[in-house]
Amino acid sequence: MKILVCVKQVPAKDSPLRLTEDSTWIRDADLSYETNEPDAFALEEALRLKEKHGGEVVVASVGPARVQQAIREALSKGADRAIHIDDDSGSKLDSFFTAQLIAEAVRSEAFDLVLTGLQSDDLGFAQSGVILAELLGLPHATIIMEVEVIDGRLKVKRELEGGWFQWVEMPLPSLLTIQSGINKPRYATLKGIKAAKTKEIRRVTPAELGVKPDEAAARNQLRRIYVPVKTKKTEFIEGPPKEAAAKLVEKLQREARVL
Amino acid sequence: MDVPTKEERTAIRESVRQLCRDFPDPYWREVDKKELYPHAFVDALTKSGYLAALIPEEYGGAGLGITEASIILEEINRAGGNSTACHAQMYIMGTLLRHGSEEQKRRYLPGIARGDLRLQAFAITEPNAGSETTRIETRAVRNGDRYIVNGQKIFISRVKQSDLMLLLARTTPYDELQDKTRGLSAFIVDLRNVKGKLEVQPLDLMINHHTNTVFLEDVEIPAENLIGEEGMGFRYIIDGWNAERILIAAESVGDGRWFIERASKYASERVVFGRPIGVNQGIQFPIAEAYAHIEAADLMRYEAAAKFDRREKCGAEANMAKYLASEAAWEAANVCLNTFGGYGFARDYDVERKFRETRLLTTAPVSNNLVLAFLGQNVLGMPRSY
Ligand SMILES: Cc1cc2nc3c(=O)[nH]c(=O)nc-3n(C[C@H](O)[C@H](O)[C@H](O)COP(=O)(O)OP(=O)(O)OC[C@H]3O[C@@H](n4cnc5c(N)ncnc54)[C@H](O)[C@@H]3O)c2cc1C
Repeated sequence: MKILVCVKQVPAKDSPLRLTEDSTWIRDADLSYETNEPDAFALEEALRLKEKHGGEVVVASVGPARVQQAIREALSKGADRAIHIDDDSGSKLDSFFTAQLIAEAVRSEAFDLVLTGLQSDDLGFAQSGVILAELLGLPHATIIMEVEVIDGRLKVKRELEGGWFQWVEMPLPSLLTIQSGINKPRYATLKGIKAAKTKEIRRVTPAELGVKPDEAAARNQLRRIYVPVKTKKTEFIEGPPKEAAAKLVEKLQREARVL
Repeated sequence: MDVPTKEERTAIRESVRQLCRDFPDPYWREVDKKELYPHAFVDALTKSGYLAALIPEEYGGAGLGITEASIILEEINRAGGNSTACHAQMYIMGTLLRHGSEEQKRRYLPGIARGDLRLQAFAITEPNAGSETTRIETRAVRNGDRYIVNGQKIFISRVKQSDLMLLLARTTPYDELQDKTRGLSAFIVDLRNVKGKLEVQPLDLMINHHTNTVFLEDVEIPAENLIGEEGMGFRYIIDGWNAERILIAAESVGDGRWFIERASKYASERVVFGRPIGVNQGIQFPIAEAYAHIEAADLMRYEAAAKFDRREKCGAEANMAKYLASEAAWEAANVCLNTFGGYGFARDYDVERKFRETRLLTTAPVSNNLVLAFLGQNVLGMPRSY
């Protein structure tokens, strides 16, 4: 099986989040980065499928030079080669742009299976995967908790609300967005880290892929981000106790929504 | 060996960090409180090949240098863990690698690299010798194709968590020696199959090191387990000291960074007298000072490690790194405890645990007085105290 795994690098969970002066982004300089959590699970699932059915695992990542660290991590864990789509502009915000870049970068290769994380830990749109499926003309399923390949077909388990699950059968090739917790990701081994040095990382730019960052910028603009401000308000309910109590109950139900 | 790139070193650091995230504070707190051995952690580390960093590739290891090995131990301590549970193998690997026979390396190294064989104990210290290793009394007498060993060792860690133990014992009586650094020999003792009596009595210590007194009574060691030449054991052990010192320096740096990180965070968050305690220079400056000392010590550690890996002389640097880093870590520990006030003494904050753990590094495996004596006498040429 030839499997593509899309991996995003996101700010580390314990990074200090401070806003830029113009409040349009967080200050990059303070951040350290890590692999998006659901993507790490997707990679692990791909590696397990390869171990079971043979084939190749390729990772693709969109972002500036720093994402090579996430790529190398994936190669250390056992991915065979990588595609780095070197971009520091539109992909920040626009899932469509990200998906377009990946689609163009891999279109000439026939992947049997494409895995992405369910969503990213920073923006949480949960869009890149499904848009990529559309752009590549693949069927897709989301929030996947189990993957089986039987006679060239997929049987996958989707997580629904309230502890419910759904089993879906799909053809190959397909795209799946993987939920955290589907497996236990392995650690990179020392030997894996050494071996990663000689593995191929193909670097491409949006220009080479014919995808224009300006279009992404035109589709989507971030005006302002801010930290929610906490406010406190004390309200006195006047009137005789019986009426006041009734009013209080109503407020607790309608406004505070605690009853 | 080709020198690892900067990216590779970062990758090693990141991967160890990731692994350590699965063993957070509560894990180490419980291991410490219940005096357990961190089996799950050591297993994870071994399975991913980290403990085989120094074992050459031909024997199944990663064939990396002391710089990379030191990064691994540093990150464990920096993450709040305690690398003493597993550092011994790296400390003593040099003795086996440089002086062990080809046959011994083939016999042991692949198993150690796979994690089937644990070489986690070394028995050198004795009650009547202490820091003066050339005075040890445990006697090994050759009898045909084996040695018969009698004597007593003290402060020997992880004997019960090891399959193999490196033993230093006397093969020529002290009085018969012209050169007092001769007459000691190094052996590998297979603890899975001891012939004779090897009694292990746990010691009750301030830290959870699984440290014991070991009594040896007619313990038989096959002659093929002698490392190198008879009578040269002390030299072989000394040969490993630079590596050991660099590794301790790195563990100290890891501890130091943990203390600084916790202290500066707590100082920024804890509000007393209506403002964070960290605005007070009495709190802020000691943290900054300890930080500067840790970072300076770290430079010496890398200098020593780089020289070691280039096979240059590095005795002065390795000793200075060990001294500077262990003292800086201890300074950071005190600063951190001060910053946390009463909460620093509460087990739930982990400061007191790390405080106890890092304190050891100024004393064992070698006390800083002896490190200074090395610098004073071997580097600066002043008269000897011993
Ligand atoms: C938790 C723990 C684990 C250990 N694990 C091991 C182990 O696995 N294997 C092992 O072999 N050993 C182990 N040790 C022993 C450790 O290496 C020794 O404790 C250390 O080498 C010091 O020896 P000593 O305790 O006999 O101190 P002593 O030699 O009695 O020294 C006491 C003090 O006197 C000072 N001193 C002595 N001579 C001089 C001098 N000439 N000049 C200036 N000062 C001097 C020392 O620096 C020290 O401060 C462990 C110790 C501890 C506490």
